Amino acid sequence: MTNGLSQGRYTATAVTLHWLVALGIFGAFSLGLYMHELPLSPTKLKLYSYHKWAGVTIFLFVLIRLAWRATHPPPPLPAAMPAWQRTVAHALHHLLYLLMVAIPITGWLMSSAKGFQTVWFGLVPLPDLLDKNKELGDTLALVHKTLNLTMAALVISHVAAAVKHHVFDRDDVLARMLPFLDNNKVTR
Amino acid sequence: MTRFAAILLAGFMFAGIAGAAELGPIQADKSRLAFVSKQMGVPVEGEFRKFAVQMSFDPAKPEAGKAQIEIDMASIDAGSAEANEEVVGKNWFNVKQFPKASFVSSSVKALGGNKFEVAGKLTIRDKTRDVAAPFTMAQQGANAQFEGTFTIKRADFGIGQGAWADFDTVANEVQIKFKFVAAAKK
Repeated sequence: MTNGLSQGRYTATAVTLHWLVALGIFGAFSLGLYMHELPLSPTKLKLYSYHKWAGVTIFLFVLIRLAWRATHPPPPLPAAMPAWQRTVAHALHHLLYLLMVAIPITGWLMSSAKGFQTVWFGLVPLPDLLDKNKELGDTLALVHKTLNLTMAALVISHVAAAVKHHVFDRDDVLARMLPFLDNNKVTR
Repeated sequence: MTRFAAILLAGFMFAGIAGAAELGPIQADKSRLAFVSKQMGVPVEGEFRKFAVQMSFDPAKPEAGKAQIEIDMASIDAGSAEANEEVVGKNWFNVKQFPKASFVSSSVKALGGNKFEVAGKLTIRDKTRDVAAPFTMAQQGANAQFEGTFTIKRADFGIGQGAWADFDTVANEVQIKFKFVAAAKK
């Protein structure tokens, strides 16, 4: 337990939720980028619906994740980490959580403002919190897009930091979030 | 005296029938012709902004009622800018070739209370179909308000062809909602 290893890893639930949400966000983000340039077609209407269904589903997983996070503190960061890096790491994680909540909510509001209600899997209608309003819809679309691009930049930093911990710091910050990887084997 | 009463009564009756039966032009700002389609299970509302209605209706003699509606298809608002561009095209309403849609009533019957049903021929594009629409009539001051909802199948009229022909994205059933407000002629 030398060379800067932290104690313990994330719970299996936290690891599973992290990767489910990560995969969901990657999928919904890519779909969002692709679909909004398409000309109107049945395919476009389908993709928009799938994107919204995915957004609602991810949002629910994020809520479960937040509840889990609140009741299961993550393992501490490696003792060798400088204070400024800890501050940045915490700030980045909090921002990511904030965006995980804000992005689906802006998508939902934008759907209402544009006059297309969100009906989860075509079965569960979400209430329209806003009336149809073209200007507001366009503004929310811009907000949704900006938050997404911000998140993309933060995710790239997040991944870069994890790789940096693994390759340069040689600690277990990445390994403890990877499934199927035994903590004890990371002893380079 | 008896004769005077009879004349008076006849006068009232005539005024009553004429007042209720003859309706002025509908008031565009209070009237509405809307439709709700289901896209991927999501109800989406649209409307026609320009339409002309000619009606005569007396709730005491509903079977004599008549209605003729002409809809300016280019006035469609399908709910979004890109939908508006799409629906005037060949696959949907083909507005260039079929600028008007129309409804001509053939019969009206009472359903009890202030409820009635009008049957008639609805023509959209080059297709004419028999439709029936229940409606209510309400007196609002000097105005009469007619309001009703009925459902048509878009495939019956060839609305939504090509890639849109199957119903898994846009459902076949389309709800039509109308509200016509007309001044009773004095």
